[in-house]
Amino acid sequence: MLIKVEAIIREEQFEDVKQALQEIGVNGMTVSQVMGCGAQWGYTQYVRGMEVDIQMVPKIKFEIVVSSEEWETKTIQAIQKAAFTGQVGDGKIFSYEIRMAQKIRTKETGYDALQSDN
Amino acid sequence: MNTGDTGFMILSAALVFFMTPGLAFFYGGLVRRKNVCSTMMACTSIMGLSVVMWVLFGYSLSFGGNHLGIIGDFRWLAFRHVGMDAGPYADTIPHLVFAAFQMMFAMITPALITGSLVGRMKFKALFFFMAFWSVLVYYPLAHMVWGSGGILAKLGSVDFAGGNVVHISSGVSALVLSILLGRRRGYEHTTYRVHNVPFVLLGASILWFGWFGFNAGSALGANGLAAHAFMTSALSSACAMLTWMLIEVIRERKPTLVGASTGLVIGLVAITPGAGFVPIWSAFLIGGLVSPICYFGVALVKKKLKIDDALDAFGCHGIGGIWGGLATGLFGQSSINSTAQWDGLFFGDTRLFLAQLAGIFITIIIAVIGTLVCAGIIRIFTELRVSVRDEQLGLDISQHGESAYPTFTGLDQ
Repeated sequence: MLIKVEAIIREEQFEDVKQALQEIGVNGMTVSQVMGCGAQWGYTQYVRGMEVDIQMVPKIKFEIVVSSEEWETKTIQAIQKAAFTGQVGDGKIFSYEIRMAQKIRTKETGYDALQSDN
Repeated sequence: MNTGDTGFMILSAALVFFMTPGLAFFYGGLVRRKNVCSTMMACTSIMGLSVVMWVLFGYSLSFGGNHLGIIGDFRWLAFRHVGMDAGPYADTIPHLVFAAFQMMFAMITPALITGSLVGRMKFKALFFFMAFWSVLVYYPLAHMVWGSGGILAKLGSVDFAGGNVVHISSGVSALVLSILLGRRRGYEHTTYRVHNVPFVLLGASILWFGWFGFNAGSALGANGLAAHAFMTSALSSACAMLTWMLIEVIRERKPTLVGASTGLVIGLVAITPGAGFVPIWSAFLIGGLVSPICYFGVALVKKKLKIDDALDAFGCHGIGGIWGGLATGLFGQSSINSTAQWDGLFFGDTRLFLAQLAGIFITIIIAVIGTLVCAGIIRIFTELRVSVRDEQLGLDISQHGESAYPTFTGLDQ
């Protein structure tokens, strides 16, 4: 079973999360800069004394595909620990099953597609 | 003819010239990413327009001859008889130098108005508005304050470097025009979307640098009065910057670079009419007080009156200019500059203060009527405002077909 773990985290927690994932030894990740908001719809800033609503807040999105439920749990726990600050806006983690994976270079599919050569 | 004065005035003219591109950066940094080119283009196009108009007939209408103390005539059309010899306004410099120095003021004043119009005014309407406005508001005002036989000067009202002519006139016109245009879409969420804070400081710094030419150069010679104006300007600007930072720390807990830049600019606005009339110590007060006045003035205009004076052309130049004009009536001293016939209210004489009030009042009336007339003329030919779709798309693409950051695709549009 292939599972994708997606995590939306704070920009400033990026290095910590990346390092935590490296430490547990995941085979690769995809990271993107995204904008979004949670239930608070952003926050308010002040320019020349006037309130400015910042609704879309910059965030970092991690995408990791793993090959078992055990690895799913391990990955989610590592991200949760590294991305945690306890303040509103720490982000969210999602996971879901995916249908197929293929390594472009070797044409391997499924579990094999996620393994490294060494 | 004096070579020292001539050299100083040519350089001062160049310094004042540099303020308009500076203003383009100041305003350009404050707007959102889709309206950067259009905001800068408004200032830039005026640089071309104002020079052509000034040489053709603007200078002559402002300074040539006198009709009822309100306007000049066409005696210096296309700079005929404006040459290398001294002119009627300054004995020690060529007439051309005086005309060039004044030209830069006619350039920056309409450019200041554009700050309230960003993000929604059609470029065509803006361009022709500025042409009409120069003729109907700027040239008459410049004549009334600085021209021979001008009525505001006759009243005894003084304006060293353009508090009435430049700042109050542009600020009030900006307010009227922003009411006519209406608010930008999404104004209730976001009155500002500052896209580039370093641009704001770059522009503010260029303005500060150029303003030394603006104020010191208004002495029309390399002399003690120029030095006096130079120092009052530096001090007022510095005080205003610090008090703006202080207000932000008290109210919002953090001082901002946009706030510091805003403060230094309004400090210069406030000292402009009095730079060569008030004692140095009074610049502490003139600059120190302009920040709280404008800070709460901006909130009044935007929050209470709900007027979309987008980049605070009125909140900073209008309100700051009015405070500066009043402050000149409070602290002006005829011993510093004998152009002032009386001392200010602070020294126990009411006449200068009353003359300042009258001058400010007349300037406001002219600016309001002039702006309404100009907008009325423009409306015969074109809409003032772009379509909803063009506004959403951004004025850079819809008015000029170019984008400030074509390879950047963030969601901060």
